[in-house]
Amino acid sequence: MLADVPMVFILTGITAYTVLSGADFGAGLWTLLPGGGRADAASTRDHTRHAIGPVWEANHVWLIFVLTVAWTCYPVAFGSIVSTLAIPLLIAAIGIIFRGTAYALRSQFAHGEERGVRLVEGLFALSSVLTPFALATVIGAIATGRVPVGNARGDLITSWLNPVSVLAGVLAVAFSGYLAAVYLAADARRWAERSLVHDFRIRALVSGVVAGALALAGLLVIRASAPSLWHGLTSGAGLALVIVSAAAGVLTMVLVFTGRFGLARASAALAVAAVIAGWAAAQAPYVLPGLTVAEAAAGRSTLIATIVGVAAGAVVLVPSLAVLYWLVLRGRLDTAEAPAAAEGQAAGPGQAGAGGSRDRLAGAFAVATLAAGTGLLVFADPAWAHGLGAVALIACAVTVFALASRPAGE
Amino acid sequence: MALVRAAGAVTAAAPVDQRYLFEARQMQALSLAVHIPLVCFGIAFPALVLFAEWRYLRTGDRLYRTLARRWSKIMLALFAVGVVTGTILSFELGLLWPVWMADFGNVFGLGFTLEGFSFFVEAIFIGIYVYGWDRLKPWLHFASGLPIALAGITGSMFVIAVNAWMNQPTGFRLAGGRAVDAHPWSALFGNPFFWSEYVHMYFAGYIVAGFLMAGAYAWAFLRGRRGRYERTALGISLSAAAVAAPLQVVVGDWAARDVAQAQPVKLAALEGLAVTTKGASEHLLGWYNGHAVVYGIEIPRLLSLLAFHNPNATVKGLNIVPLADQPPENVVRFAFQAMVGIGTLLALLGLVYLYLRLRQRRLPTARWFCWAVVLAGPLSVVALIAGWITTEVGRQPWIVYEVMRVDAAVTGARFIPFGYGALWIVYLGLAVAMAWLLRRFSQVPLEGDDAG
Repeated sequence: MLADVPMVFILTGITAYTVLSGADFGAGLWTLLPGGGRADAASTRDHTRHAIGPVWEANHVWLIFVLTVAWTCYPVAFGSIVSTLAIPLLIAAIGIIFRGTAYALRSQFAHGEERGVRLVEGLFALSSVLTPFALATVIGAIATGRVPVGNARGDLITSWLNPVSVLAGVLAVAFSGYLAAVYLAADARRWAERSLVHDFRIRALVSGVVAGALALAGLLVIRASAPSLWHGLTSGAGLALVIVSAAAGVLTMVLVFTGRFGLARASAALAVAAVIAGWAAAQAPYVLPGLTVAEAAAGRSTLIATIVGVAAGAVVLVPSLAVLYWLVLRGRLDTAEAPAAAEGQAAGPGQAGAGGSRDRLAGAFAVATLAAGTGLLVFADPAWAHGLGAVALIACAVTVFALASRPAGE
Repeated sequence: MALVRAAGAVTAAAPVDQRYLFEARQMQALSLAVHIPLVCFGIAFPALVLFAEWRYLRTGDRLYRTLARRWSKIMLALFAVGVVTGTILSFELGLLWPVWMADFGNVFGLGFTLEGFSFFVEAIFIGIYVYGWDRLKPWLHFASGLPIALAGITGSMFVIAVNAWMNQPTGFRLAGGRAVDAHPWSALFGNPFFWSEYVHMYFAGYIVAGFLMAGAYAWAFLRGRRGRYERTALGISLSAAAVAAPLQVVVGDWAARDVAQAQPVKLAALEGLAVTTKGASEHLLGWYNGHAVVYGIEIPRLLSLLAFHNPNATVKGLNIVPLADQPPENVVRFAFQAMVGIGTLLALLGLVYLYLRLRQRRLPTARWFCWAVVLAGPLSVVALIAGWITTEVGRQPWIVYEVMRVDAAVTGARFIPFGYGALWIVYLGLAVAMAWLLRRFSQVPLEGDDAG
């Protein structure tokens, strides 16, 4: 029971990553295909870039979360997976570097630097396709039991280049495009960009149909080449979750069709969560062939420590994320022109220093903390004395910095 | 029982025949060398940006607002690159050393999970902070930056806790080469050797970020741009570095004595001490020829004095372990001396600046001084990397000190030359992109920035 809790964290993390970061990847996909709509290509690209600006880094961290919980709580399974699937993971990693770099670079181009913009946007779009594809082949490899327990015991190539994995990869790309189109349509409405709303609604419908068709094709491929996964997905909890996912998928299409993009976000997320839960149900209780979740789990104190750590982290994380998404969805972080709220209250260059006596006091404090810190760190032995010494040195640093960083004459 | 069987399946084959172990280590080293300077900015930059904004809020002087705002954009770009290079590291820890993960992930993994949350907080609030200029009320905007500064401190702390554990592994029992009965909290944070390593890195963060930033403005000074903006920016960044650099000498001494106590072989490698010696002397420069340091400057008894506060103390030599368990001596020693040498020069530069700034109440602007600051930026990065080489190569051949060897941890997958080559190409591209980006930032005219 205890051994399952971190697995729930991991599956939640994968769901969040797919729903949130997946949409950011999809936005990259649409910068590759910006034409064919009412809005021109340049404003479509600008729209996608602005929409993901404040959130993509936070969304990306879900991947780190999944990795760290996996290697802490299921170390043997993690070691087996990453060693056999080294190549797709390396491809995903390189895609992630390209993406982050391209994003950092893009905002620095001025208008009119067409060649540079093309290059960076091409890189961004390419990596936005490559990364979800590679990561989804990893899921496909695990789901079809192609990762044996051990150090690189599986086939380095066919473990992830096989019909199910490749289909999972293509589906991930299509699905991220679909999610992105739904989100971008909602953002475009908030900004009252009617032609963009129209375009992204069409894109959402088209990519939704493509993703649905790929999902159905995927089931057929699974039936032909991965009988045990097929059995898991067509019986018991697996079947129920597949049905929930399909129903949520159809509902999302209806909501997009009728222009209710906000609700469509939620039902699209439900469809993803149900697929991932269905996959988990289909291969439960096994993580890897012959290795159950309970067998793969780390010891009791590690599991408890992780659960406590994640719970404490969640106390910080949940309100923080809530603030971020609230600000973003309310349009408070939009880069479009908005009235500047922070004007005024310019009191002119501030008061001069309060005089010499305070400086002398600060100087004396700095000397005292320096002497205390050095003495404690160099000549004392107990750990608490070293801790106190470090605190004293930091206090000294802050004081001297405050004195030295004041405005100075020439 | 099942657990032991499963674990055995991973470790039974170890150490695998990995022909490219050296390349695997180089690949890890390359990724760390790219990421660690960015960590310095993660530690120090948010505090400096917030300091500038706080000055603006207190005085109403819009120059500070312009400064904070421009810096925050650079902070975001560096953070974006730090996010991706950090992600590469977390992939690589598994890709290159899966057996280490499989056998000891249950002990140290928690550190990375907690770091993940710091990372989350940083990523969330950096988005709010940088996109929130003009959108949030001034003090609220300032407050939205505080979590970034806090998370920069805790994030590096959790990662260093893992590294300190690798240097001084505790909090588990070994069964069949694998950790059982793990107690992650005490292993990571009850480790007395963690604190000196962490504080050392924390000060390094301010030294590297401060001198690199100050170097850019000193360069502007040399090119004739000496406006109030440049003077203020130079004053803040250089003050941070100048304060941290001399204090780092004290912290470094603390860290070295922790090494002397916990990792005698590493200390012997730092100093080129072949055999256990009573009243050991210190050598500056020179070369270790397998038996002793030759062509160096010898200072009698200084090593004993520094390491144990007693000129007659006995310092253990490399000979306490077989040759196969000794690190590559000259690499470690050269890196250590480079770090100490550069660190000393930076500390002197810091003291000169503080003297001129506090006693003579002016910002030093002589050409020689500007050139020294320009050089101090890259040199501080060299010292930083040299310091990490000292502690990481100094631990060889162990990945977990005296528990697991690096060659037992490495992957059996045959992708390493490909991965290593690809990573070099990608990182060279990244370096060019960053250089272009930072140059671009420096060329944005001051007025345009405040209006946007």
